[in-house]
Amino acid sequence: MVIFSVYVVNKAGGLIYQYDNYVPRAEVEKTFSHPLDLVLKHHDEKVVVSFGQRDGIRVGHAVLSINGVDVVGKNTAEGKDILEYLKDPSNYPVSIRFGRARLSSNEKLMLASMFHSLFAIGSQLSPEVGSSGIEMLETDVFKLHCFQTLTGIKFIVLADPRQSGIDALLRKIYEIYSDFALKNPFYSLEMPIRCELFDQNLKNALEVAEKAGNFGAGS
Amino acid sequence: MSRQSNRTTDSKKMNSELFTLTYGALVTQLCKDYENDEEVNKQLDKMGYNIGVRLIEDFLARSSIGRCQDFRETADVIAKVAFKMYLGITPSVTNWSPAGDEFSLILESNPLVDFVELPDNHSTLIYSNLLCGVLRGALEMVQMAVDVKFVQDTLRGDNVTEIRMKFIKRIEENLPAGDE
Repeated sequence: MVIFSVYVVNKAGGLIYQYDNYVPRAEVEKTFSHPLDLVLKHHDEKVVVSFGQRDGIRVGHAVLSINGVDVVGKNTAEGKDILEYLKDPSNYPVSIRFGRARLSSNEKLMLASMFHSLFAIGSQLSPEVGSSGIEMLETDVFKLHCFQTLTGIKFIVLADPRQSGIDALLRKIYEIYSDFALKNPFYSLEMPIRCELFDQNLKNALEVAEKAGNFGAGS
Repeated sequence: MSRQSNRTTDSKKMNSELFTLTYGALVTQLCKDYENDEEVNKQLDKMGYNIGVRLIEDFLARSSIGRCQDFRETADVIAKVAFKMYLGITPSVTNWSPAGDEFSLILESNPLVDFVELPDNHSTLIYSNLLCGVLRGALEMVQMAVDVKFVQDTLRGDNVTEIRMKFIKRIEENLPAGDE
């Protein structure tokens, strides 16, 4: 039973806090010799596999590191373009690590404000007056739970579909927010939350919720 | 300070005299700094406002009260739940205006002013003006614009302390989705 992430969105739709709790998916590191049998391409400032799936390296996986050194966007750590680097036979044999690319913080910001708008659409689509916004979004891999306070702050939790007790967790996160973020006089409202105590208490609350959610479901 | 995990019990006891002393030190320092009662009143209101916008979330998180349907419900929640939770007193709600948009909170006792006497040279000082700011700030965060002021004050010779609250309008900007 895992709680994957927590997002906190302010009144205006801006992401003010984000925490990821999941262990990264399987990443594959392999040594290759020239010529590379995978077809790579640029996509969104990253280099991803577009053809040539094999050995656990799937289409869509991004290049995470070359020879053990993490890449920076489309370039190696030294600033060379990755595709150019990999066309040069003198650079082989080369060890490349592939994996599912994590969301960058900009992408998370964008997704959070998109969710903020969708949340509002949820209540507008309603046949009855006075409906709340989106409370839950379900996919086969995770469930997204959202709780909006009367003041407009949204607490969003992504968890395993079988995880129970998320409503109580959302309320608990609200309490932690009202304690460790709001009662910190140096924290300004609606701004990104950078409070150590908030982080610690949130992590503790997630651990408690994960353990409690184990009852009644196989892990 | 460590926190208990069970939040439904009452908050930790604190010496109310320390609270009275702290508030008193605050007001006297403001008087020294500004030397003008009107200015001090304004500052207290501003400080109260900053407290109110944060306190409302704490209140909502702990009391799990839903949105109030009308101003009467709001008045009841303020008097019976909020004041009780934070100051340990339960003012009474009276003097409703005919339009139902103004009411008075009558406080029999006020923990802020235990042991306090206003000297003559501060006759226009509204000692507990922080409370007005708190109420104004808290209600603004739940999309209600209100005007709050003291109309009677035991420190200035009246029998009771009376706070008058007037509903101005619903704040339509930045309404949380689902509240139209």
